[in-house]
Amino acid sequence: MAKAQQHTVKSFDEELNQLENVLVEMGGLAEVQLDNALDALVRRDEERAERIIAADKKIDELERDVDNRVMRVLALRQPMADDLRAVVTALKTASIIERIGDYARNVAKRTAVISQNPPPGTIQSIARMGNMVQGMIKDVLDAYVSRDVQKANDVLVLDERVDLLYNSLFREFLTYMMEDPRNIAACTHLLFAAKILERIGDHATNIAENVHFLVSGEIPEDRPKGQQSIYEVEDS
Amino acid sequence: MTMTATATVAETKYPKSDAEDVRTKFSARDVSVFYGEKQALFDVALDVPRHQVTALIGPSGCGKSTFLRCLNRMNDTIPICRVTGDIRLDDNNIYAPDIDVVYLRARVGMVFQKPNPFPKSIFENIAYGPRIHGIAMDKNDLDKIVQTSLEKAGLWNEVKDRLGEPGTGLSGGQQQRLCIARAIAVQPEVILMDEPCSALDPIATAKIEELIDELRSNYTIVIVTHNMQQAARVSQQTAFFHLGYLVEHSTTEQIFTNPDDQRTQDYITGRFG
Repeated sequence: MAKAQQHTVKSFDEELNQLENVLVEMGGLAEVQLDNALDALVRRDEERAERIIAADKKIDELERDVDNRVMRVLALRQPMADDLRAVVTALKTASIIERIGDYARNVAKRTAVISQNPPPGTIQSIARMGNMVQGMIKDVLDAYVSRDVQKANDVLVLDERVDLLYNSLFREFLTYMMEDPRNIAACTHLLFAAKILERIGDHATNIAENVHFLVSGEIPEDRPKGQQSIYEVEDS
Repeated sequence: MTMTATATVAETKYPKSDAEDVRTKFSARDVSVFYGEKQALFDVALDVPRHQVTALIGPSGCGKSTFLRCLNRMNDTIPICRVTGDIRLDDNNIYAPDIDVVYLRARVGMVFQKPNPFPKSIFENIAYGPRIHGIAMDKNDLDKIVQTSLEKAGLWNEVKDRLGEPGTGLSGGQQQRLCIARAIAVQPEVILMDEPCSALDPIATAKIEELIDELRSNYTIVIVTHNMQQAARVSQQTAFFHLGYLVEHSTTEQIFTNPDDQRTQDYITGRFG
């Protein structure tokens, strides 16, 4: 269904727009946090990592703002149909974005340990996986704003590749740990970081499902699967 | 109280501002109302802030319309009705012996549940009030007042080419906007509305609600409605009445998300009766 014309009572439109603006701001902040966290990792910048950890509070504040606005709109406007889905989806998506922000902070927390003597190429591997996940976040937030179901579907497909990449990184880090026990500290944290990124990818797919619900009122039953089989390893 | 024939109206006295204006327009203290022996309102205390919409809600017979009618002394027209207590408009007691009630009812206009246009032309419906109150200087002035009032009520474009036609020929929603324009024409500061949308379909209702939203920058509005959802949509302050008592009043957001009183919560969640 195409986006309808404006509400007769204009203040209702304003409230819905403001709600979406806060959500978009949250998403933008989460994207920046993740970008900075990956960058800090690659540059071994502990100071920057500290700033990222502190900045997570802003995302939490915005989530509370979304919660309050949703309560208000539900109580005072009795939204129906697409308006109702928009409001409920905003609530659910804000919660997901807040988690993503937390995960970015968790990556930043590990910068200090990981940057000491990581095995060669491992940080670059994490960064590559991080870039894939960043792409998913950006695309899914774009899909949300433009109500683009096709774009949301593309994100769902991408998650398969992220999971494959995680599996192959897992094996790679295990190998380093078995080769030399001095690698264990760094590789354990690298593993955690990879797991965190994989979780962020999962959350992006949750947002993609929300986009489906927002537009069509339905959640896709079968996630569109990629062409690769689960036994293939992503070439990193 | 003398009539002042100012041509420009509330918009110069009360300029629109973004911040909520919390100065009080009406303040009521210890207001009780009796119909003969029967007491209908018990010691009501309420402040009505200016440039906001205050909604009075509650079940049938709770006294909300009775209270509304105190604000422009419409209860005076009911012989057995007796009002006690203190009601102040801009800090002046409206029941003081020297009050000109006719002027009061121009300052505090009223719109009723069933639209009641005069059996006259659209033009005459609006012109009647300013003419008898001596507001218009001449015919030109009157024309301007009629146009401005109809514009403010969002009706001008629909009727500008047929001002001579009878007001009763308009649709229900248009008639109600005509009645609002009629109230506006005599330069009120407050507009009282008693279930203004009960007789209207959802689209007409939405148009009136948008109009109310626009009007509050220039007027103070008090609306009685048995439709809680409308009160939630339209007002910034809400007062809940029950069995003649004012049970609770607060911001609309507070009342509908987290009221203090159990009775209020029971009413708005539909647990009553």
